[in-house]
Amino acid sequence: MNDILQGLSAAFWLVVSLDAELIDISLRSLRVTLTALFISCMIAVPLGAYLAVQRFRYRRLVIAGINALMGLPPVVVGLVVYLLLSRSGPFGVLGLLFTPTAMIIAQVIIITPLIASIAHQAIRELWAEYHDLLISLNTTKWQRIKTLIWDGRRNLLTAALAGFGRAIGEVGAIMIVGGNIDNVTRVLTTAIALETGKGDFALALGLGFVLIGLSMIVSITIHSLSRTEREGRW
Amino acid sequence: MTQMLPLTLTDVIVRRRGKRIIGPVTHRLEQGPPTIVIGPNGSGKTTLLRVMHGIERISTGQVNWTHDAPDQQAFVFQSPIVLRRTVAENLAYPLRLAGVDKAEIVSRVTTWLARIGLDAFANTAVTRLSGGERQKLAIARALIRTPQVLFLDEPCANLDGHTTREIEALLSETAAAGTRLIMATHNMGQARRLAGDVIFMLNGKIHESGAANYIMNTPQTSELKAFLQGDIVT
Amino acid sequence: MTRCFSVIFAVIIGTVAAAEDMRLAVTTSFDNSGLADILIPEIMADTGLDVRLLVVGTGQALRLGAAGDVDAVLVHSRSAEDVFLADGHGTHRREIMYNDFVLVGPSGLGVVATINDAMSALATIKAPFISRGDDSGTHKAEQRLWKTADLDTDEFGNWYRSVGAGMGAALNTASAMDAYVISDRASWLNFGNKGNLGIVFSGDPALFNQYAYLPVNPEKGENIRHSSALQFEVWLTSDRAKALINDYQIDGQPLFVFNATP
Repeated sequence: MNDILQGLSAAFWLVVSLDAELIDISLRSLRVTLTALFISCMIAVPLGAYLAVQRFRYRRLVIAGINALMGLPPVVVGLVVYLLLSRSGPFGVLGLLFTPTAMIIAQVIIITPLIASIAHQAIRELWAEYHDLLISLNTTKWQRIKTLIWDGRRNLLTAALAGFGRAIGEVGAIMIVGGNIDNVTRVLTTAIALETGKGDFALALGLGFVLIGLSMIVSITIHSLSRTEREGRW
Repeated sequence: MTQMLPLTLTDVIVRRRGKRIIGPVTHRLEQGPPTIVIGPNGSGKTTLLRVMHGIERISTGQVNWTHDAPDQQAFVFQSPIVLRRTVAENLAYPLRLAGVDKAEIVSRVTTWLARIGLDAFANTAVTRLSGGERQKLAIARALIRTPQVLFLDEPCANLDGHTTREIEALLSETAAAGTRLIMATHNMGQARRLAGDVIFMLNGKIHESGAANYIMNTPQTSELKAFLQGDIVT
Repeated sequence: MTRCFSVIFAVIIGTVAAAEDMRLAVTTSFDNSGLADILIPEIMADTGLDVRLLVVGTGQALRLGAAGDVDAVLVHSRSAEDVFLADGHGTHRREIMYNDFVLVGPSGLGVVATINDAMSALATIKAPFISRGDDSGTHKAEQRLWKTADLDTDEFGNWYRSVGAGMGAALNTASAMDAYVISDRASWLNFGNKGNLGIVFSGDPALFNQYAYLPVNPEKGENIRHSSALQFEVWLTSDRAKALINDYQIDGQPLFVFNATP
């Protein structure tokens, strides 16, 4: 309990004093995760929608595959991305290893199946509801997808938030591909791992509380933005 | 606008999972007063309407319009399908699909809102509407593009008398304005009120059909006679 | 005298060149000591070199060097370093400094004169013991100690726990379990969660822990910043570095002894 109180106190002082290092790693955390989230949504949401409305031969297999990929252990993803981006690897020439870009790549790989799976489920249910009407209105596939995504946006937001949560707290993959380099690729989670390893639990907890706080601010912001629409129960 | 009718069904059979749902059905639908489809539950009324509209896949046979124009048809489902949006947005939807310009959309939506008595609800989410109000909305949405042909599948099945009367009045006006109505109903009174000609379905086939005045008063088959008397016919 | 000129030369080159960056893989033991936080800013100030530290286990550091993902490594595992050089991954090995290992635990082991006695005592009383288990420099040193005391770790019971983790994690585990652990002195002094543990034995020459600097072979690719790596080596073996390293203390105790030779 004492450690936790010390952690809360550490968090308080870090924030109030606008500790420069804290600001640096917090902004980097947000930058990496929000970028990864944006890219993932651009891939996952249309993919989920497409899988919901288009019938094709191996559709069920693809859906099962995406659901299975949700269980990809992040640290394994990190290892594979490292091997791909390593100087002795196929994409080494890009020089992306140990940069925030590599971290974004790893996080995109981790959260895209999650967002796609939830998005697909949400849109599939909505499609079942709208099916007869949209076919009767002679809509094109693209019009259907747009309508489903727009009307299902609240559930899609939930999918995005799930992805955000998974990414902001991730540490295994980004530790490997980012290297936790001070001022370059250190983020909140890797800093927490570092301080824990040094036995400085108070600071680690403090950073942890800052991370929780940031995460909640982002979630609440996204939620309240969605509710400024006209009222509705959906 | 090119005339779509007559619609010709030739030896149409619909099979699902080895079971024959309707058919063989051969019929010719001409321009004219409303066609009412009656028959016991499970006789295939809904399927017949969906086949005519083109949203049900047929196993054998042909469905031929004199001029193919899916945009000139509309369908009202027994349980109203509404988009998870506001009332006005629902009405605007088919117009936006068709690329109608904004001013025209606003004008038509306003007109129709007044016509179905929902102007106060223009910006209300559809969740707040009663079943009757939703059905009126669905019908208005179906008519907003002034289709040549309107299919209705037991639209008043779950509605109170007051709303039913409103809808029947609307449908009469619509038919008088030249829209071809094909409607399934359970309500014999409604059938007598609206029908120009009648189709009696039994066990997936058209058992008897003809001018309403004629066959409703002097049914030619014993089954129709029994049905009109209110007996259970199988 | 030559060293003095080398430093001046390095400083000139450094200030003329733009802030170059270089990737150095170091072990967790080195980083945990806190010495890195002292040296890195000084190097930047003196030479303009932006040294980016990757703090990983010894094995991973050497693997990164072999893959060409870093420009140099600083580790403390002689046998592994020799293999690294034999395989052609590094250009040479330069000894920089040493510290020592200490045996940390919840209580004393009675009167023990040498580390051999201490290790034997541990095996006899079967006290809970945490091993790094990660092929790191520290782990290899620990294994050497058991071997020298004629003890076979394969025959130990459940009291011997191999955690496969870095120094900090191993210390955390030992602290939580009130167990014994071999740690480098620097990491121990700088560790923030000591709990009931304290230094139980130290000072035996067998506990000597040599750190060496190995630049990665530039033939691995154009991206290897070999000149930066050499520049860093010059600085790291200079009198300036010597002063910084020898003067570094925690709680009044010096940690490292500079022993680089020209």
